[in-house]
Amino acid sequence: MNTEILGVILMYATVVALAIPLGRYIGKVFNYEKTWLDKIFNPLDKLFFKLSGINPGNEMTWKQHLVTLLTINGFWFIISVFVLTNMSWLPLNPDNNPSMSWDLAFNTSVSFVSNTNLQHYSGETSLSYLGQLILMLWQFISAATGIAICAVVFNAMKERTTEKLGNFFSYFVRSCTRILFPIAFIGAVILVFNGTPMTFDGKDSIITLEGAQQNISRGPAAAFISIKQLGTNGGGYYGPNSTNPMENPNYLTNIVETVFIFLIPISLVFALGFILKRRKLAIMIYGVMTAGFLCLVIPTIYFEMNGNPAIAEMGISQNMGSMEGKEVRFGSAASAYWAINTTNTSNGSVNAMHDSLTPLSGMFTMLGMMINSFYGGVGVGFINFYVFIILAVFIGGLMVGRTPEFLGKKVEAKEVKIAMMIALLHPLMILGGTALASFLYAGNPEAYAGWLNNPGYHGFGEFLYEFCSASANNGSGFEGLGDNTPFWNISTGLIMLFGRYLPIIGPVAIAGMLASKKYIPESAGTLKTETSTFGILVFAVIAIVAALAFFPALTLGPLAEYFSFCVAN
Amino acid sequence: MTNNTSLFQRSLVQEALKESFVKLNPKIMFRNPVMFTVEIGTFIMLVVSGYSLSNSSQGGFGYNFTIFLLLLLTLLFANFAEAIAEARGKAQSDSLRKTREETPARVISIEKSSDFKFSNLKPSDIQQITSLQLKKGDLFICEAGDIIPADGEIIEGLATIDESAITGESAPVIREAGGDKSSVTGGTKVLSDRIIVKVSTEQGESFLDKMIALVEGASRQKTPNEIALTILLAGFTLVFIIVTITLKPFADYANTPISIAAFISLFVCLIPTTIGGLLSAIGIAGMDRALRANVITKSGKAVETAGDIDVLLLDKTGTITIGNRKATNFYPANGVNENSFRKSIVLSSMADETPEGKSIIELSKIDPLTFQVEGARFIKFTAETRSSGIDLPALQAENEITRIRKGAADAIKSLCEKAGNAFPDEIANRVTQISSNGGTPLVVSENEKVIGVIELQDIIKPGIQERFVRLRKMGIKTVMVTGDNPLTARFIAEKAGVDDFIAEAKPEDKMNYIKQEQSEGRLVAMMGDGTNDAPALAQADVGVAMNSGTQAAKEAGNMVDLDNDPTKLIEVVEIGKQLLMTRGTLTTFSIANDVAKYFAIIPALFIVAIPSLQGLNIMNLHSPESAILSAVIFNALVIPMLIPLALKGVAYKPIGASALLRRNLFIYGLGGVIVPFIGIKLIDIFVSLFI
Repeated sequence: MNTEILGVILMYATVVALAIPLGRYIGKVFNYEKTWLDKIFNPLDKLFFKLSGINPGNEMTWKQHLVTLLTINGFWFIISVFVLTNMSWLPLNPDNNPSMSWDLAFNTSVSFVSNTNLQHYSGETSLSYLGQLILMLWQFISAATGIAICAVVFNAMKERTTEKLGNFFSYFVRSCTRILFPIAFIGAVILVFNGTPMTFDGKDSIITLEGAQQNISRGPAAAFISIKQLGTNGGGYYGPNSTNPMENPNYLTNIVETVFIFLIPISLVFALGFILKRRKLAIMIYGVMTAGFLCLVIPTIYFEMNGNPAIAEMGISQNMGSMEGKEVRFGSAASAYWAINTTNTSNGSVNAMHDSLTPLSGMFTMLGMMINSFYGGVGVGFINFYVFIILAVFIGGLMVGRTPEFLGKKVEAKEVKIAMMIALLHPLMILGGTALASFLYAGNPEAYAGWLNNPGYHGFGEFLYEFCSASANNGSGFEGLGDNTPFWNISTGLIMLFGRYLPIIGPVAIAGMLASKKYIPESAGTLKTETSTFGILVFAVIAIVAALAFFPALTLGPLAEYFSFCVAN
Repeated sequence: MTNNTSLFQRSLVQEALKESFVKLNPKIMFRNPVMFTVEIGTFIMLVVSGYSLSNSSQGGFGYNFTIFLLLLLTLLFANFAEAIAEARGKAQSDSLRKTREETPARVISIEKSSDFKFSNLKPSDIQQITSLQLKKGDLFICEAGDIIPADGEIIEGLATIDESAITGESAPVIREAGGDKSSVTGGTKVLSDRIIVKVSTEQGESFLDKMIALVEGASRQKTPNEIALTILLAGFTLVFIIVTITLKPFADYANTPISIAAFISLFVCLIPTTIGGLLSAIGIAGMDRALRANVITKSGKAVETAGDIDVLLLDKTGTITIGNRKATNFYPANGVNENSFRKSIVLSSMADETPEGKSIIELSKIDPLTFQVEGARFIKFTAETRSSGIDLPALQAENEITRIRKGAADAIKSLCEKAGNAFPDEIANRVTQISSNGGTPLVVSENEKVIGVIELQDIIKPGIQERFVRLRKMGIKTVMVTGDNPLTARFIAEKAGVDDFIAEAKPEDKMNYIKQEQSEGRLVAMMGDGTNDAPALAQADVGVAMNSGTQAAKEAGNMVDLDNDPTKLIEVVEIGKQLLMTRGTLTTFSIANDVAKYFAIIPALFIVAIPSLQGLNIMNLHSPESAILSAVIFNALVIPMLIPLALKGVAYKPIGASALLRRNLFIYGLGGVIVPFIGIKLIDIFVSLFI
């Protein structure tokens, strides 16, 4: 078999092989069972809580959880805006990079708060090391926020009736210290040994082969890159993200970075099985996610490896596949695989330019973001999936002639209303945003000429991709778009915020309300959610609700591009 | 009452057609958000059609007007579905209402405070009025041949009553004052004797009146599941509003002008009009099916809840076993002649009017009228003696009064032992043996000496085991309630196949059992008739009172079974399940249809401006116009095609939830994806003949 494809299979097999024990471990962490890291972290946790005066044993209702989440996020948001606007005089600035303007700092903070990591700057020239560190801190905070709130939802799914769903601070600290930190540390060490910089010294200078002197930006990059992959954050240390050889030096680091994208999202699904002692339910969810992922990744790899028909027409050999915008050291298969990984999760880091993907591959990356729950971002991916489960439970419950129940709790009008509003949000923001951009551009193409280097179908695809990326908190882009304008900063900024917090608030509210309902034991008449039949129903709900609504938009973008340039030729 | 009206009777269809137009009124339409948006679209198309007479920028008049007509047809079909369901319900309730037409009533108009007795009622105390003038609390009198003018409770007398007008059952029933069979229904006919009845409900507030109002839709409230489903459908509608509206700037960007007709067609085809149009018809038809099963429900919610039942409490007698126990064996004691034993027990049972007593005589094959029993004294069964029998005068026997008693083993034992006679071991063994086989032993004594044992057995209803198997597959636990001792109860429970039993049940035992199950989160249904059932009926999530039962029981329950058939609960559960399933499957079908509709309409929208999109026209439809028309026609036609299914309900098969989901997902999900591809293609072939 082709070694490129073998490489892809190896990467996926590694993720699953690691995710099973990690899932069990995460299950133990949130069940407060003993783990071998307790010795190190128990005293540390105690110290944190003592210093802050927080009682981690104080159980919270779902509303209190949300308030705590927003408080933690809001507190660090203010600090990060302060640091970014004042870096020039703050310490750890050996290259004397300037402070950010107020609006860029705001945009950057929103983007990191929301786990999006959309970057309108290049790290090596726009940030001091302190600035990089504060953003790295955010990569921990936003990832831990996702994991902790996911733990709240897991807790709410247990077989009992309660208002109290654990302590958010405790979940949050445990997510950072027991899960993110140890794994990110291992990743950073591997990166360092493969040549990624990890220093607080300023720029280095080398003499190139031509004899010219070149300054090379350095800094605490390895630590930053490890967590940006692991926490599905995606914001690069360097401007070009993981295409940059300092950020992703070789195929081995590419394996590590790719594995990190999926590691926690998949582990959390297995953790659900361990926490609820419903292994079959976890397998059903994993199965649906995997089926969806395969539907997107297989054709993408196929199209990328087959090359661009328009280039083939010119008589140029493409035996490596479509290599426009890709790194030779990774090849087309591993780049296509990364592209789908990064867009299915809300990661958004890239190891190739998505704008250069062949049209249908571009569409599959967009579909990954539109659905945003085939594995999905850390914690939030499962939470998004949870909404689809609720909708499927409702329809499936009716189909077996019983008031719908999920894990012994009745799903009623209130829950359906919230689930439907959250399901609506994504099409509203993506289609609404793209409609606004199209409306402005169509009304006056000259005034907005700066937006698009490629007008036509691809330009439309660039609009669509940008809003998908903001709404799904992804952060990657079809980089042909001239997006550093007030319109794009404001519209994507707002969408990132709504796209982050509303899909957390809604499902947590549903889970909290269900948790406080009476538990109904299962009978032969109860809809079983652990079966493959139910899995098919969930898949169908996702396909029809999340994907089909975008069919007209995709027709005018990538599909029109594909049929016009690839099929017509 | 006719239970087998065909789905579309001519008179009903005519009425429903008329109603379909009346229901176009936006005020009525507003209650159904999905169809209301279609109505707005229809109105816009009417305006566009008018506009296209003078200006061709929105396409030709013919095309626009055709779309308008098709949308109007979609609305009318949806209205027709609701109207025909209502009409059928109305027809059903009209036949019930006939029973309560104006009938003469003889009301007793004396002061009740005075020390009057019904026995010395004078003709002057009785006034002739009509049933409509009766008020709650009035007393009226009915004699043989009278039609009972209103629902009420017998306070004096006993009568045989023909209830066939309500139940369809021709055998007359006995109703008498006091006890659990005191309730009479307006419209039924007194066949014999005379009763005095107290009116129990105000005019227009009887269960029947309530049911009629429910079926006719006047007071129909949406049930919780229906509300949730309406929210889901409104959500889908909103998604497609977003999809349609944003398409306008997208198309402007791509320089592909889209006509208003195409926008509205796309929107109407994508929103779940199929389920939206049939939703209320499904609800009404569910109530109607309950009524056809002769069950009066007090709310639509009760029927829906019935589908969720986890535990079913059933009385043993009459439900699991046929009526009462029957004598199956005689065991004379050692040294007692079989024939003389038979004679003795026939003598002791002559005056025994209980079904057990009658069955003993039946088994003995001796005609009791051949005995001379002049001067004999019959001893009635009492709770203290727990035995009954006969004292024969001395002249009939050998100069001595003969005392024959039959009764519970321990009662006869103490009777004999008191007189100094031993209770034989052989009899004691027999008694235990009968008990453990589920039978009831009756020990017979003559002059305080045991002469033998009668075995009474419960006869389990034929076919009841299969019904319990069916219930188990539905996920419902059955519980038998009986006054028998635990040994007998266990035997019958096992033989009938119920999951649990409450033996030696007192009314509060039932109540406690229900509360216990409910505290564990289960929904409980029960049937009852007696006044002492009332608290349990009220506590149960679904309480079905028998129509023959007391007023208290009927008021406590949330359904009344006109047939007094204790196994009716099983049907009610199935009706509830069917109701939810029909909604679920049609929702799935409706949403699954969108896949094909997208593939019909989306290429049609853009193909003129972007010819390469022909590749998306996988159905190879003739032209953009024919594609859009075909999708809209399919969308309209599918509603009337599914009306029979909506009215009859999706067949419920107790095969377990997972198998049921697989089956319905296959038929209505996969079918819902495939059918419109075929349907739209066929319609397109037909339509393309004309354009």
